Amino acid sequence: MFSLDLLLDAVVIGVLLGCFYGAVSLGLSVSFGLLDVPHVAHPAFLVLASYAVYFLNEQYAVDPLLAGLLITPVFFLFGLAAYRLYYETFERRGSDAAVRGIAFFFGIAFIIEVLIILQFGVDQRSVTADYIGKAWRLGEIRIPYRLLVAFAVATTLTILLTLYLSRTFMGRAIRAVAQDEEALRLMGTNPVKIKQWAFGIATAVLGISGALLIIVAPVDPTLDRAYIGRTFCVVVMAGLGSMGGTLVAAIILGVAESIVLTMFGASWAPAISFAMLLGILAVRPQGLFGRRS
Amino acid sequence: MTLSETQTPLLRICALTKRFGGFTALHSVSVDIRPGERFGLIGPNGSGKTTLINCISGAFRTEPGTILFRDEDITPLQPHLRTRRGIARSFQIPRPFRSMTVAENLMVALDFAAHEHVSVTQRRDTMMSILEQMGLGSKANASATQLSQVELRKMELARAMATHPKLLISDEAMAGLSSSEVDEVLDLLLSLASRDITIIMIEHIMQAVIRFSERIMCLDAGRIIAIGTPSEVMADKRVQEAYLGT
Amino acid sequence: MKRSSITFWVGAAVFLIAALAMTQIVHNQYPFFAGYIILQFIALAVAWSILGGYAGYVNFGTSAFYGVGVYGSVFLVKAFGAPLPLQILAGAAIGALMGLALGLLTLRMQGIFFSIATIALTIVIETTITNWRYVGGAAGIQIQRPEVTAPFDSYVQMLFFVQALLVVLAVAISRYIQHSWIGRGLQALRDDELAAECTGVPTLRLKLLACVISGALMCAVGAPAAMYLQYADPGSAFNLNYSVTTLAMSLIGGTAHWAGPIIGAILLGTTQQVLTVTISSEVNLLVLGLMLVLFVVGAPEGIVGLIYKLRGNRKEGEI
Repeated sequence: MFSLDLLLDAVVIGVLLGCFYGAVSLGLSVSFGLLDVPHVAHPAFLVLASYAVYFLNEQYAVDPLLAGLLITPVFFLFGLAAYRLYYETFERRGSDAAVRGIAFFFGIAFIIEVLIILQFGVDQRSVTADYIGKAWRLGEIRIPYRLLVAFAVATTLTILLTLYLSRTFMGRAIRAVAQDEEALRLMGTNPVKIKQWAFGIATAVLGISGALLIIVAPVDPTLDRAYIGRTFCVVVMAGLGSMGGTLVAAIILGVAESIVLTMFGASWAPAISFAMLLGILAVRPQGLFGRRS
Repeated sequence: MTLSETQTPLLRICALTKRFGGFTALHSVSVDIRPGERFGLIGPNGSGKTTLINCISGAFRTEPGTILFRDEDITPLQPHLRTRRGIARSFQIPRPFRSMTVAENLMVALDFAAHEHVSVTQRRDTMMSILEQMGLGSKANASATQLSQVELRKMELARAMATHPKLLISDEAMAGLSSSEVDEVLDLLLSLASRDITIIMIEHIMQAVIRFSERIMCLDAGRIIAIGTPSEVMADKRVQEAYLGT
Repeated sequence: MKRSSITFWVGAAVFLIAALAMTQIVHNQYPFFAGYIILQFIALAVAWSILGGYAGYVNFGTSAFYGVGVYGSVFLVKAFGAPLPLQILAGAAIGALMGLALGLLTLRMQGIFFSIATIALTIVIETTITNWRYVGGAAGIQIQRPEVTAPFDSYVQMLFFVQALLVVLAVAISRYIQHSWIGRGLQALRDDELAAECTGVPTLRLKLLACVISGALMCAVGAPAAMYLQYADPGSAFNLNYSVTTLAMSLIGGTAHWAGPIIGAILLGTTQQVLTVTISSEVNLLVLGLMLVLFVVGAPEGIVGLIYKLRGNRKEGEI
């Protein structure tokens, strides 16, 4: 029933899958992890990006990764606007922000879902590219190229984002704002501007993440619901706001999902991320490395 | 920490330590508070005053160390149980129940912390008499968000009083008030103390603490550096250093 | 009894008599089909706001409780052929236990962590049911309705009346809570949990109580749904739409007063029924999303909040 080969296969696929989960969680790691925005619409933004990539691929035969890159500026601006709206209506009003903020982002997610359905229908959509559908044989293990692409892009994105946050002035300011908003204000920097910029970056990254999502598997308009579990699981497990941690946590999730898939079948897969998330939260109510006092 | 041997202390803190990660906010603090005492707690910012209050009221869990209240070990108790035992507090930054009126704020205390079961009418009377005492009688039906700074401070004290405390901890109830308002609040606290309520007062306004306290304790970097009568503590070299900086 | 209480109970009696009369007079089945759904959402929204509104813990687990209610009935019918009242009672009991478990597991979490955890719980339960062959697995299961009992002509009419009873029950409980010490304690901890603790409010126990009551009601409301649809499948019974719809109704109506969720549910529920019939179910989700966003941005206290504002002060919440 259970062989070592099968397990090895599951682990390798799991690691690659995990890197992909890392890539789709990076944005949330910034927006929720660093900025404390209760961004439950993150997966909906992600699916929206996938459909944008699908549109470019279908209409103009643009390579999905290139399409993902092309939409990043649009998503950046979209992120700036979304944060502004969130800030003006919730953060500035104070205490009840979290409660209403969640409802707000859920409403946004619903609107995005329906708009996609109205435009593209409820059927699954996928993209075409040379590297989709083929696989690389490594001994007994068969690795689909699309997962390798996801793996390469995910690691690159993580490295770039880590460098950005540690080496650039703006990146350091973003991390500072997460640590101590007041200190930054005293230094004469406007924390709201920085948070808005960071939210823009987080949303821009989603352009490429969205491309990966539709490269790895076909998407449908309500796919975002499954990814609420995966992305939040990864970000909470990672310790809020750590990019490297995000990748590691995502790999743990990917391997767990892959092993369960191999041993118990696909019907249990949706619960893995949510069960892990629930477990982590039950042990550490503030998330694994809660920053809030 | 000398104490007349004839009385058992109301509150006894034994070797209390509080750490946040690698940072130790309180180093083995021990002190006894006598029944009916007016006790001042001073120290520079970050010296551990509010941390100590949070440990006494139960907002923080303490690892080593015990807190005895009327001979009972309250260390494992949740905050609301400590409140019911008779420990009430105000907050450095006022924390009213914002969606409620002043009267409702007090009713929460009377509903949950009152010791005996009394009728709604009686509770209302108690509430009004506390509000009158605090000079908030006219504000009973105002929303907590409409209060001025000094009224907020008074409401917090009134809410604390509504829990029938034996020990009242006032955490910088005078911060940000004008000098006449400071006198107002100080008179209130003195009148409460005259009715058998033990009061710990944390304050930065030195004149107020000196005028109020029978005994003062000064914390610095989580340690007690002086304790005694106001004049003794003010004369202490280390207290002066702590306040003036080294 | 106070005058407001007399008014309330007279109103409830009139409502129930009207619902009963309607089942005797109206012969077209459609009003009962649509009415059942609206009543169901009123009851869900009222039940939700006990934890979500009074205590301010945004619960996305409505679909979990609802779905467990549905599947509790499915199981009882299949295993023992249990009658409807037993299904509802069992639903309430399971819901209460589930509320207790959810509460113990999640109520120490704050804000979004709690909300996310409730979503997680929903999916975990849904997946478990999907993998439970006995109740049909992912494909779902057909259920036979028994014969209808007098004085009702059809089963749907009876379910309609039963749901009206559940609405009255939920509203009565919610109203009682709001005006009692429980409501005041919940409101206090919603405003400021630490201050509430230090004022003597046993916050964890009160939150658990709210979670148990809210969960029992939501499960009980879900129980008759299996008979209503004569069919159940995990994807529909645990659909996140129930959670978001219920939450939207409560927030739109306003949670400061027990009547808020009723207003929200009637408004949104009716709009949705009309939209589903006249345009499509997608548009009705769009309207749901838009109204939710519009209200949390523009009128955070909901319709009840707007009414209070119009009156200039808030005289409610009598002590």
